[in-house]
Amino acid sequence: MILVRIAAALLVLACGGCEREARRFDDSPPPARPVTMSELEPGPRTMASTMRNPYEGNAWAISQGKRLFSQFNCVGCHGQGGGAIGPPLMDDEWIYGSEPENVFATIAQGRPNGMPAFGGKLNSQQIWQLVGYVQSLSGLIRKDVAPGRDDHMQRKAQEQSTDKMEPASSGIPASAEGRQ
Amino acid sequence: MILSLLQGWVGAHSALEPAGPQAGRIHALWQFMWVVSALVFLAVVGALLYAALHRRAAGQSAVNPDGVRSATRWVSIATGVSIAILIAFLGVNFVTARPLTSAPGDALQISVTGYQWWWSVQYPSATPSDQVTTANEIHVPVGRPVVMTLSSRDVIHSFWPANLVGKRDLIPGNKSSIWFQADTPGVYRGQCAEFCGHQHAKMGFLVVADPPAQFEAWLREQRDSAPPPPPGSATRGQEVFLAASCVMCHTIRGTPAGSRVGPDLTHLASRRTLAAATLENTRANLAAWISDPQRIKPGTLMPPADLTPADLAALLDYLETLR
Repeated sequence: MILVRIAAALLVLACGGCEREARRFDDSPPPARPVTMSELEPGPRTMASTMRNPYEGNAWAISQGKRLFSQFNCVGCHGQGGGAIGPPLMDDEWIYGSEPENVFATIAQGRPNGMPAFGGKLNSQQIWQLVGYVQSLSGLIRKDVAPGRDDHMQRKAQEQSTDKMEPASSGIPASAEGRQ
Repeated sequence: MILSLLQGWVGAHSALEPAGPQAGRIHALWQFMWVVSALVFLAVVGALLYAALHRRAAGQSAVNPDGVRSATRWVSIATGVSIAILIAFLGVNFVTARPLTSAPGDALQISVTGYQWWWSVQYPSATPSDQVTTANEIHVPVGRPVVMTLSSRDVIHSFWPANLVGKRDLIPGNKSSIWFQADTPGVYRGQCAEFCGHQHAKMGFLVVADPPAQFEAWLREQRDSAPPPPPGSATRGQEVFLAASCVMCHTIRGTPAGSRVGPDLTHLASRRTLAAATLENTRANLAAWISDPQRIKPGTLMPPADLTPADLAALLDYLETLR
């Protein structure tokens, strides 16, 4: 009986492991729904954001996001997450929201003061992969899914060993007001 | 006869059809080892048959009077011959491999960088504008030694143009090199020979050996930037290229597209193949590759382009002008 239980437990673990690594090459997940950034809106109140990243439990997709992050030159403005010309992505300040939908909209539609819109140039699969990686920079996704190594020398901690930083603020932080 | 059958089956990518001195030496070594091994095999089978068919004479035994099983005369001779053959193999191997390692000084330099799952090829020059970057097709002049400087941007690959020379690994963060010389003009297929991920099998390349004058002409053409497209559909195609996902990864010199993530497309239409020697370079194959690369090479890092049929046709018109 105990053997059966152990076998069942191993089977459950193995299935979880498969899901974590599943590579869905010709996947085209739906894009995020439009997000409202203000409480002022016409008509009845819309529901709060509930959309999840289709890749939030998929380590392979998040590592692809990490690859795209440097290939598409996100590092040019955001550094390796520490920020430079653009805001840092490894802290708890989220100007335009920390939910997957918010980050998707930021990448797809761009934001004022410099963030370009990548909507027509990246497909929804790539954007969702990037969303997962951006969230991993401040520990907002599971640690067993976050990337655990770099292909080059890097001084910051691995995404995998980044502790979760509860999103503290939304809106433009005081430190960035001067950039308006 | 078996050998000729084998050669016919292997086709263009074959170490048994050497097209240069290095491959010739390797081929001679292979033939020597093959003939000796065949003779040894025949001798062993013959001895086995003899032993099976001839009973030992009465009173004769492999166990000597002390009760110890000792080697008979024939076993001792065979052991001695085996040792001699292995030492001879070592010697011939050394003599074959030694001249393959050092390239002559006047060799042409080419750098090859491995990516998942294609090859970037650069012809360096002291003048930056004379540098040539292409992909998956390596042109070399006939009769001149060529040194390949090899590196990788992601995982370990291995460079193997079987008709010209043996294998050499491409290692991330490290530079290795290999040299060869093509004596016969022709197109030789090469292949990645180190498992490197999903599309390892479809990571091929071509080595095109041209007469020196033709090679120089090719190199001059490759130095040029892409000319502005003729008005009409091709111009529209260039706009599509620059507005769609293509521009995120590919370079076309002479346009704002300058990303180094995917292959350089400045002279795409002059190449013989698409997708690392996977498809013949035809308009239909190009359309299929752009629309749904995951169907042709599942796992390839090129995403499908979501284009309207009119935009795709214009894009193809433009890409066909990149000669």
